[in-house]
Amino acid sequence: MLSFFLLILIYTGIYSLMALGQNVITGYTGMLSLCQAGFFAIGSYVTAILCVKCGWGFFATIPVAALLSAMVGVLIGLPTLRLKGDYLAIATLGLGEIIRNVINNWDSLTNGPMGIQKIPKPSFFGIEINPYSKWGYLLMVAIFVLVFYLLLKRLADSRMGRALEAIREDEIAAGSMGINVTKYKVWAFAIGAACAGVAGSLQACFSLSVTPGTYTFMVSVIVLCMVVLGGMGNFKASIVGAFIIQLISYFPQLVGISNKFPAQFKQILFGLILIVMMIYRPQGIMGRSRRSFSKTGRSCPFKFLASKVRTVFKSSKEAGR
Amino acid sequence: MRILETQKLTRAFGGVIAVNQVDFYAEKGLITGLIGPNGAGKTTLFNNITGLDQCTSGKVVFDGHDITKLPAYKISRLGIARTFQNIRLFKELSVVENVMIGRHYKSGDPNKGRFAEALKSYFKLESSEKTIYEDSIKWLSFLELEKAADEDAKNLPYGLQRELEIARALATEPKLLFLDEPAAGMNPQETDHLMMIIRKIRDLGITIVLIEHDMKLVMNICDSITVLSYGQKIAQGTPAEIKSDPIVIEAYLGKEDEDE
Ligand SMILES: Nc1ncnc2c1ncn2[C@@H]1O[C@H](COP(=O)(O)OP(=O)(O)OP(=O)(O)O)[C@@H](O)[C@H]1O
Ligand SMILES: [Mg+2]
Repeated sequence: MLSFFLLILIYTGIYSLMALGQNVITGYTGMLSLCQAGFFAIGSYVTAILCVKCGWGFFATIPVAALLSAMVGVLIGLPTLRLKGDYLAIATLGLGEIIRNVINNWDSLTNGPMGIQKIPKPSFFGIEINPYSKWGYLLMVAIFVLVFYLLLKRLADSRMGRALEAIREDEIAAGSMGINVTKYKVWAFAIGAACAGVAGSLQACFSLSVTPGTYTFMVSVIVLCMVVLGGMGNFKASIVGAFIIQLISYFPQLVGISNKFPAQFKQILFGLILIVMMIYRPQGIMGRSRRSFSKTGRSCPFKFLASKVRTVFKSSKEAGR
Repeated sequence: MRILETQKLTRAFGGVIAVNQVDFYAEKGLITGLIGPNGAGKTTLFNNITGLDQCTSGKVVFDGHDITKLPAYKISRLGIARTFQNIRLFKELSVVENVMIGRHYKSGDPNKGRFAEALKSYFKLESSEKTIYEDSIKWLSFLELEKAADEDAKNLPYGLQRELEIARALATEPKLLFLDEPAAGMNPQETDHLMMIIRKIRDLGITIVLIEHDMKLVMNICDSITVLSYGQKIAQGTPAEIKSDPIVIEAYLGKEDEDE
């Protein structure tokens, strides 16, 4: 039971990374993309192929996974980003499926539908992180999520984040303010893809094998669902959304009643969640995160931490006196 | 000196020639009015100059640069800002954030690309954001909007939304400012305030071109007026000349007489 709960948390972490990326694309920039599964697959296969066929270490494969996903993201992005709303969604949905089909049929590289097995366990400076001992792996995934959260949060608070939001609110006005709309859209797409790529690496290494069947269109839908449920334009909310969705989808197994539920109940439930949210709380559980401006500048995670540390120091000094 | 000039600018939408061989110009430092009946092609002319729409033929020269068919963001960076007839604010963002987006290009090192700047601000968030914020508050106070800084743009009253668009445009530090019907939907007090602001902007040395249907405003503050009708430039001159021009009266002002 505990170990099952840890499994849910690990998947929450992996999906959080994808959801954070989706939030950059959809929540901040306002592009409805349904392609995260494709980048997830690319990340997984990069790790699997480099580890198994080239003998690379797991951590060395992560930057490659992120970069390759981002590059494919840019290649896909350039021609499709002119499309808006539903059209973009359909185009990206198709592209995600193309990626999966390429993987499914490129036997010499990916082993086709058989997938790649026996991915070695990751080791970190000699310390082996065994996916079966879930605490260790959970810690690693949690660190990844935290790092990505902090990086993206800062990005969102910077001038670039504001440019992305301007594009979401009104592309034409954003262009008239001197913002190069296409460039920022492509970057948002690349960043979102890179997040999913890293999530893919973590997934491959956690399940120790990859098969194309894991990376279906449903994954993209679930990720979008997480972002919408949590709140668009709010990174914390994406993590919360990922947790709730994972909890719901594993709930029958968690409490041992999975035999009473048909396997498809997940899809129905996610559809229901999306509909209910759209009607009653379109801004999501937590809503958009707002920037705060004060005389000392803006709140940002690093600064917040630094100021916390400083106050603790001060008070301990004063107590010492 | 002419800071902006169009040469035989033409824009056809299928069979409709919205702008027809128009030679329009604006003198540096002055307020130029652009008037004409509904559908005369005024907004289309603005869109063609500011890069939101591409002309069919003709040429636009601004400050020595040929800016014909450049994308909007490049034109903005060269020093042309504008407001919109149907307000286009970043509605979900706060008032001050709207203006901060206007600072996107100008708040950094002028020798670097804006994207490099955005990346740099990633590492120097506090200091760069602080200057952007303070500059933005300055522009808000210029329009006496600083009290509403933290409000959502969409919650501002209509008249103030129009003024916020002006603040946002000014934040890009333009040499030339286009105002598309800035007084539309304003009550007489708000219009008076707007006239005061437009004069204040001119005193900053910024050239202004404005489309307006409010004749009192146009005749009061414009140094020169150009009249469009059915896509063609039919007259140009001082307010006094335009008021007494029989062609204008027939095409435009005369219409009111017919209505009576
Ligand atoms: N995107 C478009 N597609 C087709 N026709 C257009 C388009 N934009 C404008 N037009 C046409 O061009 C003509 C000029 O329109 P425009 O909006 O420039 O007029 P205007 O002078 O700004 O009028 P108003 O005072 O009502 O704002 C109109 O006949 C309009 O129907
Ligand atoms: Mg118009």
